Amino acid sequence: MTRIKVLSAGPSVTLQDSGRTGLSAFGLSAGGAMDPMALAEAHALLGAGFDGCAIEMGQMGGRYTADGDLVIALTGARMKAQLDGASLAWGQIHAWPAGAELEIGAATEGAYGYLAVAGTWQVPERFGSKSTHIQAGIGAPMTGGDVLELDPKPAEAGLGLPNWRTTATEVRVIPSVQSGWFGEDGRAWLEQTVFVKTARASRMGAALSFDGQGVQSDHGLSVASEIVSLGDIQITGDGTPYVLMREAQTTGGYPRIATVISADLPAFAQLAAGAQIRFKFVTLEQALAARAAQADFAKALRGRVAPVVRAPETIHDLLSYTLVSGVVSATDPEGWE
Amino acid sequence: MTKIDPVLYPLGEDGLLVEFAPALSMQANAAAIACRDAVSALGLDGMVEVGSTLKSTFMRFDPALLSHGRAEAALRDVLGQEDWSKVEAPAARAWRLPSCFAPEYAPQLQDFANLAERPAADLVDELAATPLRVLALGFAPGMPYLGELPAHWNVPRQSGLTPKVPVGAITAAIRQIVLFAVPSGTGWRQIGQAAWRGFDSDGSGPYLSAGDVLRFDPVGPEAFADHLAAGGGLLEDRL
Repeated sequence: MTRIKVLSAGPSVTLQDSGRTGLSAFGLSAGGAMDPMALAEAHALLGAGFDGCAIEMGQMGGRYTADGDLVIALTGARMKAQLDGASLAWGQIHAWPAGAELEIGAATEGAYGYLAVAGTWQVPERFGSKSTHIQAGIGAPMTGGDVLELDPKPAEAGLGLPNWRTTATEVRVIPSVQSGWFGEDGRAWLEQTVFVKTARASRMGAALSFDGQGVQSDHGLSVASEIVSLGDIQITGDGTPYVLMREAQTTGGYPRIATVISADLPAFAQLAAGAQIRFKFVTLEQALAARAAQADFAKALRGRVAPVVRAPETIHDLLSYTLVSGVVSATDPEGWE
Repeated sequence: MTKIDPVLYPLGEDGLLVEFAPALSMQANAAAIACRDAVSALGLDGMVEVGSTLKSTFMRFDPALLSHGRAEAALRDVLGQEDWSKVEAPAARAWRLPSCFAPEYAPQLQDFANLAERPAADLVDELAATPLRVLALGFAPGMPYLGELPAHWNVPRQSGLTPKVPVGAITAAIRQIVLFAVPSGTGWRQIGQAAWRGFDSDGSGPYLSAGDVLRFDPVGPEAFADHLAAGGGLLEDRL
């Protein structure tokens, strides 16, 4: 068993897997990683060494040491990372020797970075998941002094994924149960307005700002509470659109004008405060095609993993690398478990 | 009797919603719970969750395994099998919780009694004698909205917020009770407190489910403290 000590942590550092499903009628939202594609990257890089769970770091990372040799993959939003002061490239697998200080700083692109460690996190599953759910009080954000235990597994260092990420500018939506309450004018407003993601964004949801007149539902604000969907865009009392994210409450009384499609939600989650977006309505069929394409893309990430070519003098711990053997085929489907 | 006319909507890209009425009614709630059980019993491959809210049933599924067309056909089939204006809420599990109504546990009971124009003691007796249906869970995990109490309990929420009620707070408004699973601010008036541990995140349960019935059993402070010390769980009740 290896112990990872958290020396310090940003305000939103939590352990996340794909979350919990099937509990919304109980009042527990799915939770799980804000960017599931980052977990797919970790899976592609670490293969069987990845247990589905990674440290999610919102905006800011933290400093960590471990009492045994480990192998890590850095995925999701790019963050500044150093091992005992030497820079680490994002999107790659690195050896993390016992005692070395891993320092992950601010996000340089995007919002949520992920530190995946090869091994099995020794965290009890609660309601079928190891994810911290801050709103429900299942676990809590990490702070300095916390110790995590992991049963380490081997993984091949020196592999990387090319950066495929782009910044979202157009976010696709489908009608929600209550879209009709906003009429054609509401639909046109949503498509024609330039929205800005504000700093009021968390694992629960993200408030958007815009210039000009907002919209209101013709049912007013006093509606019976109804089940929500991940990605619903609520129009709150003062007209602010608020996109419901992974730790949103399961029911809401505010009317919802549209729902962000699942394929665009990870990229939306990764937008930094101040980013501009436009919404575009698509059909359910288009949303489902995008969902299936994203699932295929996630599975194919393994095929994009390749050895990283680096000058030997920049490699932090040259002797810990296996220099000749075991390059995973980029095309062999057997390489994808 | 209100005529119930279910309306079906797509719910995001992976779900369907059947709304039995635009606003909460006991009949719409009974229909939502009965429909939840009927859809759940289909056990379709790809079904991820079937649940109910105050007035609706919803199902979520993996669209790669179960198409919207097939899910909708199955749901319409279930809807065609009942008269939802008459259906009764299915047989439920019954629970009770030892509860205190002395002033320190019920800071707004007298205030509520004044508004309801009934003696506080009569309201407590009435509450203790009424097994309440769990209409829906929400706000916090496992936190029930319970109903429905007689017409004189139709007292609006207070205009201001109580800054904080404790876990187990029995709060009343609009013929319903909300039992707090977490400490929270609220516009509902606290008329008692149940010896309940609230949301128990270790996942050991048992937990309330919509359609269950719950009764508040008046006890003294000692029995209240004893039940909390013993874990503050739900106790099985006989209907």
